[in-house]
Amino acid sequence: MPDLGFGLGPDEVEALLLSLRVACVATLASLPLAVAVAWVLARCAFPGKALLNGAVHLPLVLPPVVTGYVLLLLLGRNGPIGAFLDQTLGVVVAFRWTGAVVASAVMGFPLAVRAIRLSLENVDRGLEAAAGSLGAPPFWVFLTVTLPLITPGLLAGAILCFAKSLGEFGATITFVSNIPGETRTLSSAIYTFTQVPGGDGAALRLTLVAVAISLVALVASEVLARRVAARVGGHDALA
Amino acid sequence: MMLSLDLSHTTGAFTLEARVEAGAGITVLFGPSGSGKTSLINAVAGLIRPDRGRVVVKGRVLVDTQAGIFLPPWQRGVGLVFQEARLFPHLDVRANLLYGRRWSADPATDGDVARLVDLLDLGPLLGRRPRHLSGGERSRVALGRALVARPDVLLLDEPLASLDAARKAEILPHVERLRDERELVIIYVTHAIEEAARLADTLVLMEGGAVVASGPIEVLTARLDLVGRFPADQAGAVLTGRVVAHHAGEGLTEVDVHGARLLVPRTADALGAGLRVRIAARDVSLGRGPLGRLSMLNRIEASVLAIAPHLADDGMVDVALSAGGFTLVARVTRRAVAELDLQPGVAVTALVKSVALDRRSLARDQATGQT
Repeated sequence: MPDLGFGLGPDEVEALLLSLRVACVATLASLPLAVAVAWVLARCAFPGKALLNGAVHLPLVLPPVVTGYVLLLLLGRNGPIGAFLDQTLGVVVAFRWTGAVVASAVMGFPLAVRAIRLSLENVDRGLEAAAGSLGAPPFWVFLTVTLPLITPGLLAGAILCFAKSLGEFGATITFVSNIPGETRTLSSAIYTFTQVPGGDGAALRLTLVAVAISLVALVASEVLARRVAARVGGHDALA
Repeated sequence: MMLSLDLSHTTGAFTLEARVEAGAGITVLFGPSGSGKTSLINAVAGLIRPDRGRVVVKGRVLVDTQAGIFLPPWQRGVGLVFQEARLFPHLDVRANLLYGRRWSADPATDGDVARLVDLLDLGPLLGRRPRHLSGGERSRVALGRALVARPDVLLLDEPLASLDAARKAEILPHVERLRDERELVIIYVTHAIEEAARLADTLVLMEGGAVVASGPIEVLTARLDLVGRFPADQAGAVLTGRVVAHHAGEGLTEVDVHGARLLVPRTADALGAGLRVRIAARDVSLGRGPLGRLSMLNRIEASVLAIAPHLADDGMVDVALSAGGFTLVARVTRRAVAELDLQPGVAVTALVKSVALDRRSLARDQATGQT
């Protein structure tokens, strides 16, 4: 691992880069599904909607360790879904960095859904009706009217998901453990350093890095949201 | 008929039950708020699904509940302009205008768009965002956007209701030009009699979810049984005439209305041009016998057709007058009826100040102008 400066040791840089990779992939992977689920929750009425709503929000209220353990039961090599993935696609996520992505995505998902759903509920349905009266079929209306109008919500959802992913600890460590270079993310690394003698310095450095990343992400999203809101006109930045 | 509609629809306590036939030109749906005008338009646009009925446009069945036909809005070829314009805030005016072109069955060419931009004076606005437009500019863009999609029917749902008089005056000529330029069925919803009097080829009066009457505006506005359906200051006959002379020195224009001569404030219309004159019932005075010298320039010899007291018993009555080729309505007090001894068949002179026939009472009449 090259020394990137900032006074970080190779282990610390490794944990930082892994964390960034996990957070980015988790955010990008969960966003499209979050849009779909938010759309269903905001626009559709069907029996069992409360159930879907509950299931989506479950990771928000469950102890993260419980969520991680459920993931392990389902997606572990011997779990029903894990075994299926292993046998048919040769994909194993348990104790891999991809597993950390899954844990992060699951934990961040409800936050993204909430932000996007709020944004969707604020969209003026009259604009969609206007687009329909101009001959545009629903999928095109969604792409060219709805999606641009909920961009602030998308950004907010993405940033929340990203932040949650960076900070995710309980579910990750339960599901994929704390393997250096594979699943030892920033949070796991800080925890590990606090558990070994002489690790205080490293823990503090990583803590500062985490604070810096979170601040940058927050400011960047605020700036972007403002810019988008100005373009879209009238809508609140993080509605 | 280019558009025929017969449907019923119930939402909550409100029931819409309507039959409307409309040809090319402007059909105005007129009535108070809550009379079902917007519901009717939404049924044509496909925004509500009627419980029962049929909607046919240019031979194409859009809705037939018996046959189980219900075309979704985007397959109807029906343009809709809303009161609030509903421009896409994230697109500039040009992109708003062109939005419907991609999906049109018969896409507008660049030339068509350029002509429309010209017609609606949109050139200077093309690069702007909707939030930088004034109310009148938004309405014009919304109108243009609907037309670029080349609809068979254009539905205008109180497109001017949120605008002040000056902005209305800015838009109305554009709507008139559309009617004159294209074979387009236009359904225009309003509760403003000036707009109806100015635009309507056919007037459809609505109240409580039902069509009360429909027909040429001159006929409907002169019917005593319908006078009460118009707001008090808006009741009165709409007459069609032809400009026969301009008295430039006096600032007056002379209009021939079925043989009677009316003097109105000077207009810019050419000699021979068709003109609609709305004479509010309360601006008409009645006289009997020799009248002597009066400041009222318009004196129309007529005979009383019928007298109808107001249901509200407010001391007023409406008097229908036959003046040869047309009917006029006068609103006078009960005392005046008694003093003049007005009865059906009595000969009277209807007196109208030219001053009362201001710009808001006058409109170009296309049909008369062409013949």
